[in-house]
Amino acid sequence: MKYLKNIGKYFIMLGQVFRKPEKGSIFRENLFKEIDELGVKSLGIVAFISFFVGGVVAIQTALNVDNPWIPKYLIGFATKRSIILEFAPTFMAVILAGKVGSYITSSLGSMRVTEQIDALEVMGVNALNHLVLPKIFATVMFYPFIVLLAMFLGIFGGWVSGFATGLFSSDDFIIGIRQDFRPYFIFYSLVKTMVFAFVIATVPSFYGFYVKGGSLEVGQASTKAVVWTSVVIIVLNYFLTQMLLT
Amino acid sequence: MIEVINLHKSFGDNHVLKGITTSFKRGDTSMIIGSSGSGKTVFLKCLLGLFEPDQGDICYDGKHYSKMTLKEKRNLRKEIGMVFQSGALFDSESIENNIMFPLKMFTNQSKEEMLDRVNFVLNRVNLENINQRYPAEISGGMQKRVAIARAIVMNPKYLFCDEPNSGLDPKTAIVIDNLIQEITDEYQMITIINSHDMNSVMEIGEKIIFLKDGLKTWEGSHLNIFKTDNEAVTDFVYSSNLFKKVREVYNKE
Repeated sequence: MKYLKNIGKYFIMLGQVFRKPEKGSIFRENLFKEIDELGVKSLGIVAFISFFVGGVVAIQTALNVDNPWIPKYLIGFATKRSIILEFAPTFMAVILAGKVGSYITSSLGSMRVTEQIDALEVMGVNALNHLVLPKIFATVMFYPFIVLLAMFLGIFGGWVSGFATGLFSSDDFIIGIRQDFRPYFIFYSLVKTMVFAFVIATVPSFYGFYVKGGSLEVGQASTKAVVWTSVVIIVLNYFLTQMLLT
Repeated sequence: MIEVINLHKSFGDNHVLKGITTSFKRGDTSMIIGSSGSGKTVFLKCLLGLFEPDQGDICYDGKHYSKMTLKEKRNLRKEIGMVFQSGALFDSESIENNIMFPLKMFTNQSKEEMLDRVNFVLNRVNLENINQRYPAEISGGMQKRVAIARAIVMNPKYLFCDEPNSGLDPKTAIVIDNLIQEITDEYQMITIINSHDMNSVMEIGEKIIFLKDGLKTWEGSHLNIFKTDNEAVTDFVYSSNLFKKVREVYNKE
C-alpha cells in the first residue's frame, strides 16, 4: 500500500515539476549549473570506468573464444556490441544513479531539513519546478553525450588491452568493430539513456524533496533513492530492450 | 489587518488547532507564545499558507484565503516576508544572491537596481561588506539579520518570524528584537512572531496570544501579562527563576 502511495505521490510531483518556469533567465542559469554539477563533474569517473571495463570485456572475450575455429575479429565485434548495447547505457546509468542520485537526494534533503524549501514556497516559488526541472533537462540533454563518450572509451580500452596483453592484434580488433555496424543500435542506446537520465533526475529528487527529519533521515533517503533508482533502471531496461530490439 | 476566524487544523487523529479566532493590526508586533506542542508552528504555517485549514478562514486585508484562486494565493505569498528559525538562507549562494533572489524571481529590475536595493536592506539591518560571503562564513546573529533583510527586500505587507532569537546570545537577541520592531514601525507591516522567549515578549510584544493545546487561552500585551490570573499563562511566564524573581519584586512594589 505504501509503495502504491509513493508511486502516486511521485506522479503528482511530476505534475508540479512540469510547469512553465516563473522566469526563463533563472531557469537557464540553473540549467547550466546543473549541467556542470550532474554532467560535467561525472565525466572523469565515466571515462575511467569505461576505459577499464572496455579493456576487461575485450580480455574476457579473448580468453573465452580461444578456439582456432573462431575468428579473432569476433573479439572486437563482441566488445563493440556489448559496450554499445548494454555497458554504455545501462551500466553507466547504474553508476550515475549512485553518484548523481545520492548527490540530488542529499542536496534536496538538506534544503528540506534546513527549511530552505519552505523559504522558497513562502516566497511564492514553485519549489519543485524551480529545483527539479533544471535537473531533468540537464540529465536528459547531457547524458547521451556521456554515453557516447563511454562507448568510444570502452571500445578504445578494449583495443588498448590487446596491446597490453598480446591476446589479439590491432587489425583483428578493428576489423571486428567495423563488422556489421548498425546505427540503429546507437539510437536504441541513446533512447535508453534518455529514459534512464529522467529516472536518475526524478527518483532521487522525490526522495530528497519529501524527506522528513534530520541528517540521519537525509542519509537514509539517499540510500533508498540509489537503490530504487537502480531497480527502476534495471526493470525499465528489460522492457525497453524487449520493445526496441525484438 | 489579518483576521483569523475559528481556525481548525488536524493531522489524522491529532486535532492541533481547535478553533482559534483573533486579529492582527498593521504596525503592531504580535507574538504567539506557548509551550512546545501547543500549536504555534502549525498556526504560523496556516497563516503563511503552507497548511490549508480544515475549518475556519483567514482574512488578509479583507480577502478571504478560502475564496482565493491559486494565482491569488501565490500573489499573496509575494507580499509575505518570512524569517525562519534557522534563517533558511540558501547555503550554496552568496549573501548578495540570497537577498537578491526574490527580486530576480518576481521583478524586472536591472542588475544595478537590484544591487542598490540589496545594499539598502543590508544597510538597514546594520550589515556592510558581506555581499560576497556565504551563509556558513558569518555568525548566527548575522545570518538572522540577513534573513530579515531577505524578508523585507520586496517591501512585504506581512512579516512572519519563527523564533527569530533561538540560538542567539541575549544581547544579540535584543538587537534582533529591536530591529524587527523598528522595521515593523517603519514599513507599517503586520508582524507576527512565534516565540517562547519571554525576554522577547517583554521587549516587543505589543499584542500577545497564548496558545495551549491548540486553543487560544489568553490575549493581551506585554503591559498586562504580569497581571493576568490565567493559570496557564502564569505557569508559562514564571517557569524561569528570573521571572519568578521579577514577580516577587513586582508584588512587593
